[in-house]
Amino acid sequence: MTRKPDVIVIGAGLFGAFTAWHLARAGLSATIVDRGWLGAQSSGANFGNLRLQGRMPAQYALSLLAQEFWEDFEAQIGEGCEYDRTGHIYFASSEDGRKTLLKYLAASNENGLVVEALGPEDLARLVPGISPAIKTGSYSDRCATANPRLATPAVCRSFLRAGGTLEQGWHVSDVRREGDGFVVTSQDGRTMSSAVVVNAAGNWAGAFAESFGEAVPMFGAGPPQFVTEPLPYILRPVLQAVEGDVIVRQIPRGNFIFAGYPRTRSNADGEHTFVPPQKIRAGMAALCRAMPGIAGADIIRSWSGVEGYLPDMLPVIDRSRTTQGLFHAFGGSGGGFQIAPAVGIALSALITGSEPLCDLTPYRIDRFGSDLVASEKIGKEFDRD
Amino acid sequence: MNAGELADTVPVIVGAGPAGLAAAGTLVRAGLRPVVLDEAERPGGQGTRRLTPLIADRSPRLFGSNGASKIAQREAVEDDVLLRCDYRPGSMVWGVFGGKVELLQDGHVSSMAHGPLLLATGAIDRILPLPGWTLPGVYALGGAQVALKRHGCLIGQRTVFAGSSPLLYLAAAQYLRMGAKDIVVLDTTPLNEKIRAAPGMARYSLSTLLRGLSLMAELRRAGVRMLTGVRLDRIVGDERVEAIQFRSRRGPETINCDSVALGHGLRPETQLAELAGAKLEYDPVLRHWFPQADAEGRAGPLLWVAGDSARTAGADGAAVAGKLAALSILKCIGKAPAGVDGQISRLQRRLHGWRAFQRAMSGAFKAHGEGITDLPDDTLLCRCERISLGDVRDVVARLAGPMEVNRLKAVTRCGMGRCQGRYCATALAETLSGLAGKSMKDCGYLHAQAPVRPVPIGTPGEEGA
Ligand SMILES: Cc1cc2nc3c(=O)[nH]c(=O)nc-3n(C[C@H](O)[C@H](O)[C@H](O)COP(=O)(O)OP(=O)(O)OC[C@H]3O[C@@H](n4cnc5c(N)ncnc54)[C@H](O)[C@@H]3O)c2cc1C
Repeated sequence: MTRKPDVIVIGAGLFGAFTAWHLARAGLSATIVDRGWLGAQSSGANFGNLRLQGRMPAQYALSLLAQEFWEDFEAQIGEGCEYDRTGHIYFASSEDGRKTLLKYLAASNENGLVVEALGPEDLARLVPGISPAIKTGSYSDRCATANPRLATPAVCRSFLRAGGTLEQGWHVSDVRREGDGFVVTSQDGRTMSSAVVVNAAGNWAGAFAESFGEAVPMFGAGPPQFVTEPLPYILRPVLQAVEGDVIVRQIPRGNFIFAGYPRTRSNADGEHTFVPPQKIRAGMAALCRAMPGIAGADIIRSWSGVEGYLPDMLPVIDRSRTTQGLFHAFGGSGGGFQIAPAVGIALSALITGSEPLCDLTPYRIDRFGSDLVASEKIGKEFDRD
Repeated sequence: MNAGELADTVPVIVGAGPAGLAAAGTLVRAGLRPVVLDEAERPGGQGTRRLTPLIADRSPRLFGSNGASKIAQREAVEDDVLLRCDYRPGSMVWGVFGGKVELLQDGHVSSMAHGPLLLATGAIDRILPLPGWTLPGVYALGGAQVALKRHGCLIGQRTVFAGSSPLLYLAAAQYLRMGAKDIVVLDTTPLNEKIRAAPGMARYSLSTLLRGLSLMAELRRAGVRMLTGVRLDRIVGDERVEAIQFRSRRGPETINCDSVALGHGLRPETQLAELAGAKLEYDPVLRHWFPQADAEGRAGPLLWVAGDSARTAGADGAAVAGKLAALSILKCIGKAPAGVDGQISRLQRRLHGWRAFQRAMSGAFKAHGEGITDLPDDTLLCRCERISLGDVRDVVARLAGPMEVNRLKAVTRCGMGRCQGRYCATALAETLSGLAGKSMKDCGYLHAQAPVRPVPIGTPGEEGA
């Protein structure tokens, strides 16, 4: 007997998991299928930054909605994920950077996020050991962090407790419209059918969109990430260079986790993003410039992940414009961890036909025409190929 | 690159143990000057580590006068070879990428382009935890030998050599010769299994088998207590080791001691090979993942592997594998000596013998982790991150569905610490295999990431490199 859920969600990343979780709460039966393990791709490999300041103005509504959920994560989900309202500091070390920082600051404050400007004394107080050469910063106290290793498993478990189904090791190879629903086939020949399909396959979602006539210009890449051995806990907020070469935070266990641009393109097979040694060296040097006192600590590991980026650095969260019953949520473009709870809220609202809580126009799947303005980050924050 | 272009590149050998040194010798004799990199300050590798000058005069006592002079001869040959190489001791290789090896040397990072790359990175102790294994005074067997050979000291006065490995008897005998008085050997493999494995060992190297038996005889003559078929229960102590508890046919027993050397065989160091593009394959007899290589040791277009990191073969087998890989490199760059094919097939036969010997011997020293899931929950698996068996058990119970070790690492942190899983990966895989009822092969292996060893953040490097 083949089970027939109302909704099949392809991808057990955080986009898929939150969408399914909200659908289950709305009383729909949902099945998540993943070709690998839940939360093992971008959603498990990311930096854990729940950053609000510096978001694109168009994204504030969604981001603030998401942050409200993160703030209430434990109560909603029934278990924690090391959510911590650490605050977030942007700093600038160049004149260009200072201008960007002030632009971000104004945009944040206009969009309902309180951000304060920081001078050298504030910086020294909030970040012990920061380089005295760094004189300009901004601080957002609502920014936070969470542990990516824990978040997706927690949401999936909560979804399962609410009666949902999860199939790991279920590699979708084909999605076909049949009758008034869909037949989804796995690589090893299993099938499942449903009235609705959610395409939340991360960097691999493009193929499904394309098979329904909705090709998107998505590419896979990932920022290199590094971790040090545990050190005394001194850094509470996340510290990020507005120029992009340093993002660093410390977890209470003591390890510093840091990352740096430019991001590396994923391998041709789209399955891995390597961290080339020169990036390890560049990342180490950039961190030492910002926090000279860390020079003697050891880095013990590097990693990255495969993230889908779209040219305007915004995700797709939309109903299909070609096919009834198909919905898309993918292309986190480097910021998907933070917005994921709201992606789930918004997409489940679209699916159930209820009022979406914010304007989803910026996330339409048919926006990639010739008049799309690419983000300036595309030129600055990725390796040229 | 074609053979002509390759001929102008410099072969790089990582690891100055028996495999790397033998390969260097072969290349030098063909007129090349390979780069030889090793993180240690002195050549020799792990098993054939050189004695510190502090106790050099005791070499005859340690190895017998015959053995000592053979070692001296071998070291002289190695020194002569290294003089003709670009030998860089104290160079730690922490990554391989895009035709370059990444080095940490004298507090500087740099990268070096490589031609043919031979990785002869050896093996480290295979750790199977038991309660109390992280107490001060417990050493890996290799650590006990490092203490002796490199630092000229013993790990304690009353030492128990425990586990299952031929090196238990070798190390115990060396400790005895250096004056240790109170030694016990606790071998977990039953005697009948050793007897069953003996004919196979004799078939491939009778002399090695006899050497092992004579070590045992020496220990027995000195009154050293040796038990086989024991089950190790716990190492106990408040601040440090005070005793080891175990069970034998005669029932439970406690032996007071101030130090324990734990040996469960060796684990190949394959991280660099993986970063250099080698595929790994599981060896069900040796219960480890090794780089896939052809019969000459070639694991990629410009990549060769030899020695224990390629496939456990012991020191003599490693030297054979090193020579073989070097000849294969020479062939590849168009500088093969006359009669190379004959030489290669002779070396292949000898290497096959040494590997077959190791496989036969693995039956005499079973170090399977099958019992690991019976240990108490508070047993530490990962000492860097302090993850216990109970922590892993919890997670496996909560995460249904397909699971392999990288996933388990991600959700437990086991293997995420300073050693990058070099010491806990085996235990993690054995635990998963036991809890999930999957084969070790299906549990997978922890993927390597650079840096394969810690690198200080502030390490200066040459600009623009
Ligand atoms: C290194 C790194 C650091 C980051 N740092 C941050 C940060 O600090 N803050 C932030 O907000 N964002 C960050 N991001 C981005 C964020 O992680 C992602 O935007 C977000 O996790 C995307 O979630 P997802 O569910 O769309 O994708 P994924 O987590 O990649 O999930 C997609 C899932 O789909 C499955 N799938 C794919 N194809 C198929 C198929 N054919 N059949 C079945 N299943 C399939 C995959 O196995 C996968 O599990 C970072 C990303 C990376 C890589």
